[in-house]
Amino acid sequence: MNYLSEFTKGIWKKNPILVLGIGLCPTLAVTTSVSNAFWMSIAAAFVLTCSNIVISLIKKIVPSHVRIPIFITVIATFVTIVELLLNAFQPAVYKSLGIFIPLIVVNCIILGRAEEFASKNGVLASILDALGMAIGFALTLFVLAFVRESLGANKLFGFTIIPGMEPSSAMIIAPGAFFTLGLMLWGMNKINSRKK
Amino acid sequence: MELKILFGILISTIFINNYVLSQILGLCPFLGVSKKLDSALGMGLAVIFVMSLASFFTFLLYKYILLPNDIVYLRTVSFILIIAALVQLVEMIIEKLSPALYQSLGIFLPLITTNCAILGVALLNINSGFVTAELGLLKSIVQGFGGGVGFTLALLLMAGIRERLETADMPENIKGLPITFITAGLLALAFLGFSGMKV
Repeated sequence: MNYLSEFTKGIWKKNPILVLGIGLCPTLAVTTSVSNAFWMSIAAAFVLTCSNIVISLIKKIVPSHVRIPIFITVIATFVTIVELLLNAFQPAVYKSLGIFIPLIVVNCIILGRAEEFASKNGVLASILDALGMAIGFALTLFVLAFVRESLGANKLFGFTIIPGMEPSSAMIIAPGAFFTLGLMLWGMNKINSRKK
Repeated sequence: MELKILFGILISTIFINNYVLSQILGLCPFLGVSKKLDSALGMGLAVIFVMSLASFFTFLLYKYILLPNDIVYLRTVSFILIIAALVQLVEMIIEKLSPALYQSLGIFLPLITTNCAILGVALLNINSGFVTAELGLLKSIVQGFGGGVGFTLALLLMAGIRERLETADMPENIKGLPITFITAGLLALAFLGFSGMKV
């Protein structure tokens, strides 16, 4: 098995958001600012890596017809850990991400990787898979948040870009999220079709 | 008076705070099942059912088990297990009643479990302070039901548009997901019109 390709596939070739089209709700909902996107990526990466490790360790003792509830319980446990940690050490982040922290449980990327990869592969491969997917997720979130924060709030990392300019607030709410991702996907299709 | 408040919650969850188009929850089924009108309708009805039931059970669990025993930190784990069990139930009912619908919903039926709108509504019921409020249980159920109806409305609108997009003339690269997102953005802009409403 080629470990390097297990790691890199998540970044572009099988990017969870842009190619597989999963994990969209947190992607669109938290990318209102770069810092929210950053903390969301960290939280999701932690949960994804830990749950991939545990699931690849227990894959042999889990009966296949109850595997989904068991996977979800494992994931929910790690999400609870993240929730408590963020609440204790980063209360401001905890507040601004709101219900999207507990909602990491139903982020399809995590259950998807558990079902598709960790339940069939060894621990090392599962860790690499999780890290690659987490980086792909984080990069997409970063680009989306970069565009939306700079256009929608006229700010980057909390600093004003052009003083006195009226930001277009539609970018910060739901429509902007849909438009930005739609255009990103279009661009991605264009690049991929040129390669062929 | 109470009736007015309940009606307000219903209208607000269907139109003003539509889960899909203004709170961005439940996108995976929204994109996955919106290709055909009839499967969209089936999915919507299943979501309404699961969402109302989930609101009912998670509210009772939170108020009478988690809160008195001071184990509120278990809410994420326990809520998702309740939802998974409910989805399993709905799956069995649909398989018995309408095998055709069961076939067409396919993989998306078990995926209702990971529909974030459902866990979202359960958590929002808690966050809205319904637990201590008067008639909290009823308010939660109304919020869950309204959320489901709002989801179905968005899904049906999208399915109607997508059936026409199939035959529309457009650049090759924008077909499929990109145009769907841009359409969803336009729908969300339209739904912004409701946001000035006060109920």
